[in-house]
Amino acid sequence: MIKDLYKPGSYPNLAPPKGTVGFYGWTKSNLFSSLSNSLLTIFSFILLYFLIDGIIGWFFLDAVFDADSKIECRKIDSGACWAVITRRIGQFIYGFYPDAERWRIDIVFIGLFFASAPLLYPDLPIRRWLLWFSGFYPFIAFILINGGLFGLVSIEINLFGGFMLTMIIGVSGIVCSLPLGIMLALGRQSKLTVVRSISVCFIEFMRGVPLITLLFVASSMLNYFMPPGTNFSILVRVIIMFTFFAAAYIAEVIRGGIQAIPKGQYEAAEALGMTYWQTTRFITLPQAMKISIPGIVNTFIGLYKDTTLVIVIGLLDPLGIGRAAVSDTKWNGLSTETYLFVALFFFVSCFAMSRYSLWLENKLNTDHR
Amino acid sequence: MVNNKKSISSKPVIEIKEMHKWFGNFHVLKNITLKVNQGERIVICGPSGSGKSTLIRCINRLEVHQQGDIIVNDIELTGDLKNLEAIRSEVGMVFQSFNLFPHLSVLENCTLAPIWVRGLPKKEAEEMAMELLTKVKIPEQALKFPGQLSGGQQQRVAIARSLCMEPKIMLFDEPTSALDPEMIKEVLDTMIELAESGMTMLVVTHEMGFAKKVADSIIFMDEGEIIEQNNPKTFFNNPENERTKLFLSQILNH
Repeated sequence: MIKDLYKPGSYPNLAPPKGTVGFYGWTKSNLFSSLSNSLLTIFSFILLYFLIDGIIGWFFLDAVFDADSKIECRKIDSGACWAVITRRIGQFIYGFYPDAERWRIDIVFIGLFFASAPLLYPDLPIRRWLLWFSGFYPFIAFILINGGLFGLVSIEINLFGGFMLTMIIGVSGIVCSLPLGIMLALGRQSKLTVVRSISVCFIEFMRGVPLITLLFVASSMLNYFMPPGTNFSILVRVIIMFTFFAAAYIAEVIRGGIQAIPKGQYEAAEALGMTYWQTTRFITLPQAMKISIPGIVNTFIGLYKDTTLVIVIGLLDPLGIGRAAVSDTKWNGLSTETYLFVALFFFVSCFAMSRYSLWLENKLNTDHR
Repeated sequence: MVNNKKSISSKPVIEIKEMHKWFGNFHVLKNITLKVNQGERIVICGPSGSGKSTLIRCINRLEVHQQGDIIVNDIELTGDLKNLEAIRSEVGMVFQSFNLFPHLSVLENCTLAPIWVRGLPKKEAEEMAMELLTKVKIPEQALKFPGQLSGGQQQRVAIARSLCMEPKIMLFDEPTSALDPEMIKEVLDTMIELAESGMTMLVVTHEMGFAKKVADSIIFMDEGEIIEQNNPKTFFNNPENERTKLFLSQILNH
């Protein structure tokens, strides 16, 4: 008898009964807990088999990866005609950037990896050295992409396109809009009436206007406002508009974060003799930014996807390249394959951002609730 | 009563003269006149809404008074920003809700202001912080975050954080009111130790045991006025004012 086995206060922690934990226990309680559940499980597995079989068949097994036209594709096999992508992959990545100069873009992509790593992962071992590289990277990238210096051939902006264009606008927009958004959020809370009014007007105007309108302004009207003789490239104008647009949203997200900080935090900082800027740097922003991560990343993802809108002012992003491919007589009607490919590209980028933000939130979580 | 190792000097470190404060149209502090000498320990009590917290918050200018003078350490409190930071780094404050910085470790909470406000080198600031954390008996928690500590431990960190600025005066705004009963003692013990070291202290509290043991004088406030100021013996045994008597009977007989 148990009563005889253990004295009071010395009862050990026993293992749970057999068949309630582990793979067997989970399967039993979740998939086969009753007769109807078991039938449903079997039925679902059969359905899944046919679905997956069909999908894998269309995507991979019966797909054609190399052909000269849609008609040739159909002759070879019945699945997806990925040849439209493989034959035009250069265009999808580099737009109409000259073949001989594409290595420059490759270097920019590889450089982006090393430049962003120390900014995204604060615990990186050789972070200090990489940060220097991050600081110089925008200039290196600009010279490589644009050319015209150090013997590099100058490349016309209307030849830019594809993923390269998405990355240029997306990354520049993201990098520039965050600091601007922070300044606007602080400006909106400022005690100085002038600063506050300017911030409020900027935010409300940018949020109140459709992005497409801003892009049209960038493509046509902005030249009227500039002093004669200045010739801002269309790409710079577009990046400015994306930055302003995203910054307005980010400012509001961060303002929410700032307002969520209890008043006691400021009082404690004030009581310790800290100045406004010290309090902002060490107390307000670290806490506000942590709260705002989901909202900020949300805005970033939105901005990244909105880069497809540049099609309306004649820049060819991956979607534009895809449309061109679909309307080509050789590949006419292969919209499913083309748009799926473009969608996959955007999904991978955006999903990565989303996972990163989750990781960051976890890392910064010091509440231990 | 605690023995006064260091005698109270007669030079006032805080001098408040005919001070008034309003919140909008509401007259919260009325004609406050108060002198606090170096090394003196003053306990302020009174019913809620009587202006106790507002009074001590005026001393480091978390609240702004509209009329009268407040002089702390020979510096008059005005709208001048330079004065303000000089005073705030000399006056420590402990809050009812601790107000630790949740995104910083206990050690960083203690070293942030010494490094950036007083300009101490990081190493020196950390050594001093560890010394003070040892004094409040939680050096082993230095690398944890505030959210991982109990309420009593958090309040002791808050006391250590204030002491890291080496203040001349410490203000306590109901330091034990947000704590579970079993944690009140550890915080009060820390405060008693601090009092024994000769720190000038102004404490808003309902802990009458603490007041009896530590205070040089007790102030009773009601409806924005100082009703009575007396030494603990007279205050508890022969209060002069009727309202003081009523208040004491309410908090002592339960």
